[in-house]
Amino acid sequence: MLEIRQLHKSYPIGDSSLHVLKGIDLSVTEGEMVAIMGSSGSGKSTLLNIIGMLDEADEGEYILDGLPIKDLTEKKAAVYRNKFLGFIFQSFNLINYKNALENVALPLYYQGMKRSERQELAMFHLEKVGLADWAKHLPKELSGGQNQRVAIARALAANPKLLLADEPTGALDTKTSHEIMAFIQQLNDEGKTILMVTHEEDIANMCKRIVRLRDGVIMEDVKVTQVRAEQYV
Amino acid sequence: MFDLDLWREIFQSINMNRTRSLLSGFTVAFAILLFTILFGIANGLKNTFAEAFGDDAKNSIFIRSGRTTKAHKGLQAGRRIQFKNEDLDYIKEDFSDKVEFITARIYSNVQASFRNEQSSYPLRGVHPDHQFLEKTIIEEGRYINQNDLQNKTKVVVIGKQIEEDLFKKTTALGKYLNLSGIPYKIVGIFSDDGGDYEERIIYMPVTTSQQVYGNNDYIDQINLSYNPEMNYDQALAFSSTLTKKLKNRFSVANSDQRAVRVRNMAEGTKAVSQMTTGLTVIILVIGFGTLIAGIVGISNIMIFIVKERTKEIGIRKALGASPRSIVSIILIESIIITAIAGYIGLVIGVGVLELVGPSLKDYFIKDPGVNNSLVIGATITLIVAGAIAGYLPAKKASRIKPIVALRND
Repeated sequence: MLEIRQLHKSYPIGDSSLHVLKGIDLSVTEGEMVAIMGSSGSGKSTLLNIIGMLDEADEGEYILDGLPIKDLTEKKAAVYRNKFLGFIFQSFNLINYKNALENVALPLYYQGMKRSERQELAMFHLEKVGLADWAKHLPKELSGGQNQRVAIARALAANPKLLLADEPTGALDTKTSHEIMAFIQQLNDEGKTILMVTHEEDIANMCKRIVRLRDGVIMEDVKVTQVRAEQYV
Repeated sequence: MFDLDLWREIFQSINMNRTRSLLSGFTVAFAILLFTILFGIANGLKNTFAEAFGDDAKNSIFIRSGRTTKAHKGLQAGRRIQFKNEDLDYIKEDFSDKVEFITARIYSNVQASFRNEQSSYPLRGVHPDHQFLEKTIIEEGRYINQNDLQNKTKVVVIGKQIEEDLFKKTTALGKYLNLSGIPYKIVGIFSDDGGDYEERIIYMPVTTSQQVYGNNDYIDQINLSYNPEMNYDQALAFSSTLTKKLKNRFSVANSDQRAVRVRNMAEGTKAVSQMTTGLTVIILVIGFGTLIAGIVGISNIMIFIVKERTKEIGIRKALGASPRSIVSIILIESIIITAIAGYIGLVIGVGVLELVGPSLKDYFIKDPGVNNSLVIGATITLIVAGAIAGYLPAKKASRIKPIVALRND
């Protein structure tokens, strides 16, 4: 599903540069649910962004579903992102002047789907996250948990191969976090591959595998027994 | 290709971000409004000038006589100079290649009556050429002709205000107008751009006038127009030669300013045309100034808008928007806003001019108005400027890595 070999990335800071990723090797197979952990500055978000094609690696190989991801044009990257990846962000990143349904339908718009079809499909995904009644509401009229669920519905809308979550529960209280995690686990149960960045131990333990980063290298990569989130809800 | 979804996206963005849309729209509308009003007022000023100085032929020369102020060739000062028919003929023959139209004028005032209505009017004895010199517009009938001159016929041409004054219940053409007891047939009715005063004048053949009022061949004034192909310097040279020859003919000292007075309208015309040129330059400066202010305004707003939308651009890119779709969504939105706002500014501006235009006549502003294509051109300039000003930051924004844009909180 996902193959990363000897990935390097550095950012220029003034005259010098900051070496963030120092040779990452990572392989994820279909149906996995992986938590990437590390303190701030460990490079975990950078890794996720490179996997998400939101950023580019300086060196190394990245193969997604058999496709080498290298030297992509902006246009091609846009097509790949749309086709392969779904994003869930800490701050939801919904478009504030679009209602829930329109936000969920946006990736489908960029796929070139017809309006009626994409509205129908978006509604289907909203129902799935339990927000069908809130379809016409703007993000500011929804709670944090609801917004994150809209974001999840949006990430699912284009039926991506890989779901990327960057601190999906970072902006939510514990109870809502558990609700969201329960939902993400359910998606994984249905077969979605999920990659998640978090710095919270209990959230990480709800995944099936934990990859720990420190100073740009992988310190530990272990399979864990999944803690189900439903029990807290 | 018409992409309905793209337009839907754009109109939603305009509609849901009203403050932003209104702000940018206001800048453009205001710039076009100012542009329209300033141009309109300046045009009104120009119209006033054109009207004030455009009534009589611009290439006219008026020649009058008076008393000598200096003794010359043994003749005393204070002698009265009187033009006669032969003087007019002399000018006509001596300057035949330079004179276009020439006429005499004999001034007097008459009591005119028709049936019970009567009033006093200025009377002018003239040659047929007078019509072209004074730009008299014949509304009905004809002007004085050569036949009238030769036969000293008792005919008159009257201004249309006289017809209104005296012929309340009937029309004037063909009727007989009684001037101090003598009936004259009305052969023509005229109007004149010079206003009501000019339309209360009675014209009659110069020969008739000479016979009836004095039985002599005296002339009060000679009006002529020179060949319009002559330029300003040639025109001035012509009038100074004319002055010299006339002074010589009447044995008047060259330095005598009163005895023979030649007034060349070209001198005034030059001042007017310089004034109009000056006005045009001012108009252009004002117009360009307003336009540049508008361009700067819309550019600033476009940069602000792109900055404000950076995060949205990042989200859209993360969801699979191509750079092209990002640029087009921003550009088309700005073009729509600029076009609509420009049109509103134009409509308001023209409306204001229409509304207050008539009341501005007292302030030397006549018929203020604008050339529509000019204002539309200005609006298009603003749209293009807004598009260029929006394109560069939009292009830049479409190139930033989504992750950078997303971090932009």
